[in-house]
Amino acid sequence: MKVTGPAVKFGNNVDTDVILPGKYLILLSPTDLAKHALEGLDPTFPEKAKKGVIVVGGKNFGCGSSREQAPLALKYSGVKCVIAESFARIFFRNSINIGLPVVECAGISGAVEEGDELAVDFDKGEVRNTTQGKTLKGTKLPAFILEILSDGGLIENLQKRLKKK
Amino acid sequence: MNITEKILAKAAGKKTVQPGDIVDADVDMVMVHDLTGPLAVEAFNRIGVKHVWDNKKIVIILDHQVPAESVKAAELHKMLRAFAKQQGIRLYDVGRGGICHQVMPEKGHVVPGTVMVGADSHTCTYGALGAFATGIGSTEAAAVFATGKIWLKVPETIKINVEGEFNPYVTPKDLILSIIGKIGADGATYKATEFTGSTIRGMSMAGRMTLCNMSVEMGAKNGIVEPDETTRKFVEGRVTKPYEAFKSDADAKYEKVFEFDASNLEPTVACPSQVDNVKPVSEIGDVPIEQAFIGSCTNGRLEDLRMAAQVMKGKTVKDGVRALVIPASQEVYRKAVDEGLVEIFTDAGALVCGSACGPCLGGHIGLLAAGETCVSTSNRNFIGRMGSTQANVYLASPATVAASALTGRITDPRTVEAKTP
Repeated sequence: MKVTGPAVKFGNNVDTDVILPGKYLILLSPTDLAKHALEGLDPTFPEKAKKGVIVVGGKNFGCGSSREQAPLALKYSGVKCVIAESFARIFFRNSINIGLPVVECAGISGAVEEGDELAVDFDKGEVRNTTQGKTLKGTKLPAFILEILSDGGLIENLQKRLKKK
Repeated sequence: MNITEKILAKAAGKKTVQPGDIVDADVDMVMVHDLTGPLAVEAFNRIGVKHVWDNKKIVIILDHQVPAESVKAAELHKMLRAFAKQQGIRLYDVGRGGICHQVMPEKGHVVPGTVMVGADSHTCTYGALGAFATGIGSTEAAAVFATGKIWLKVPETIKINVEGEFNPYVTPKDLILSIIGKIGADGATYKATEFTGSTIRGMSMAGRMTLCNMSVEMGAKNGIVEPDETTRKFVEGRVTKPYEAFKSDADAKYEKVFEFDASNLEPTVACPSQVDNVKPVSEIGDVPIEQAFIGSCTNGRLEDLRMAAQVMKGKTVKDGVRALVIPASQEVYRKAVDEGLVEIFTDAGALVCGSACGPCLGGHIGLLAAGETCVSTSNRNFIGRMGSTQANVYLASPATVAASALTGRITDPRTVEAKTP
């Protein structure tokens, strides 16, 4: 599995309240949620993301609330993947479960400028900055998690497993 | 093994487990609320199974948008009521429960030694009763509804040992804020945090719940306290089935050990907009406030309200300040009425609201306008958490928030007390 796209950068401790503020949690439709993605930090983000982008974060990306609406808003706004120095654990699991790829990659903040073209190879756990001609080694996801992602999320993966039974 | 490892080993049907092992654990209880439940129901309906794995092991609690403030919220509540009825699941409706993390232990749904998951990050609160409890998302909750299982990586454990007695008006909230300040907002990510020591053994269940509740604010997977006599007394009359009170072995392994002395602590405040941006109240300077909030799953319990009432009794909330008090559950509300606490708050000019999450997450009531500041007993002070992205939230204990409501600026509760004859 691979994705490519331009980087949109954020700092450390991007919490789920700035990714999707609490007042929008009553919205059920992912496309409605997407209109408010990252509104707490950059109200113009949904417009930027439309073309398909890769979010690059610092340490502890997605900390705070367990709201799955946060990764859903990112995914449906056009985010193809999130790369961060580290992730908060519930956000990390939620992203995989809804089919939004996430890669932990130490040193990513310093190796990427806003707008750089990135190519992520999930099977290798590698992030290539094609603009700067650099490749970074991220943490490779375990096979069962890669399978959930390639199925499109946990529900699709579970449907498949239940059928096999 | 330590207590977290023992509980996970049992739930995975293994004799032993080690940090880093990925286990398939049997879930004893799963909880969703009105903002995470609807997505879980939608996801469950896509799986293609007709019935949940065990309807006695699922609880739904309406607490965030309660009572419904909009037609959209009312629709979500309606959807959950219908799902609960169809599947035979226990649902705590408006006026029948309160905040999920208070209702779950109070109504006996939290059993020591078991694995509990909830679609809310503060599910880690239940570790106070010696359970393994962690927050998950809606889709994962739906998978648990269908299978009763969850994959978990056995975490490394950080031991947080606390000795010494609290000084007057210093509370478990001040302790956990100090701990988060030291360990950092991501210092315990993926890890278990086990609270030990004489201070913890001498602490009430409410205090232990405050500690475990905020362990997620340092990234922890779970917070946990070994069950003891305090635990036994709390679950007596609430938990009806037999349970196992796991204890950590003397040679249990810990990734790190932190030592804290409760007697050195003073009232502590987390400043905007990170929970680990912590200072003693004496060092934060002059911070005028427009709102003071006493409540939430962190500090809306009876002893929190007693502490706030003790500070506010016979006094008046400062002009220009809105003081909101929200008992964590109907049971807490009723007791607060019986003990005369509600009378103290209303006489002081505070607004006592119905048991729910309230302003904590900025989705229902008590929101902040741009440029306003709130001092709150809740758990997060992130940008926009309580309304406007231009508002500021400071986190503190019920005593500090009550004192601040009286003076109109963030105030050391010991100074307010000192002026009282």
